[in-house]
Amino acid sequence: MTVFYLFASIAVGASLLVIAQRNPVYSVLLLIASFGALSGLYILLDAPFVAVIQIVVYAGAIMVLFLFVVMLLNAPQEDTEFDARTHPLLRPGPMKFGALLAAAFTGELIWALTRAGGGSGGFAGGAVSSVEALGRILFTDYAFAFEVTSVLILVAMVGAVLLARRDDRPGSRF
Amino acid sequence: MITPTHYMLLSAALFIIGVIGVMVRRNIIIIFMSIELILNAVNINLIAYSYQLQDVIGQVFAVFVIAVAAAEAAVGLGIILAFYRNKETVNIDEMNLMRW
Repeated sequence: MTVFYLFASIAVGASLLVIAQRNPVYSVLLLIASFGALSGLYILLDAPFVAVIQIVVYAGAIMVLFLFVVMLLNAPQEDTEFDARTHPLLRPGPMKFGALLAAAFTGELIWALTRAGGGSGGFAGGAVSSVEALGRILFTDYAFAFEVTSVLILVAMVGAVLLARRDDRPGSRF
Repeated sequence: MITPTHYMLLSAALFIIGVIGVMVRRNIIIIFMSIELILNAVNINLIAYSYQLQDVIGQVFAVFVIAVAAAEAAVGLGIILAFYRNKETVNIDEMNLMRW
């Protein structure tokens, strides 16, 4: 129980700092910490395979890609004069509306969840969800979705290469 | 005692933090990270209910979400790189090529 609160507070605190940081490099590192805490929660929830995937794919691959781009662009600050003058919550128009919307949504969610909380009860627990069972379902019931995902990743890979390529031909915009 | 409600509240908190990040920040890389936070909030719900219902399908869905997030990050960062080569900025206010 304390483990849940430990991991949850790490995840929420690190996530808050992610959007509060000025330097994107710190944001990336804090997001890795947040994903690590979530991985611990997945182990608590008896999902070791997803926990490992979370570490390997998210914290390992995706965040390193982010860090690579942050360092490649070498644009550590997003500050403009406008940012220096105004606090993030005091900005006009859509930004304030977004913050207001998020606050309202939070209130509604907490209200709904605490009202329904009595009926949801504890976890059923019990049988261990094994990697074997996960693999069996993945390659039988969801084989089509699995193959479609592979095509999606192939397309994304080709698209990323095409977008990031420098085209030296005259008249090209990229 | 930890109930599914706890996990839903954690998931909602991360989702809200992600939404606030998308709305408030103007560095497009931070906005991308906020989107990853939102996807993770979804994953927490899927896995919590996979455990509650003793059904492994929730974990299968979480794996698919992670795969799609990887594809999305690759394409998105490619777009950011291409944009940065043209405009030398990552500020989202400068990205108004498709604004009518």
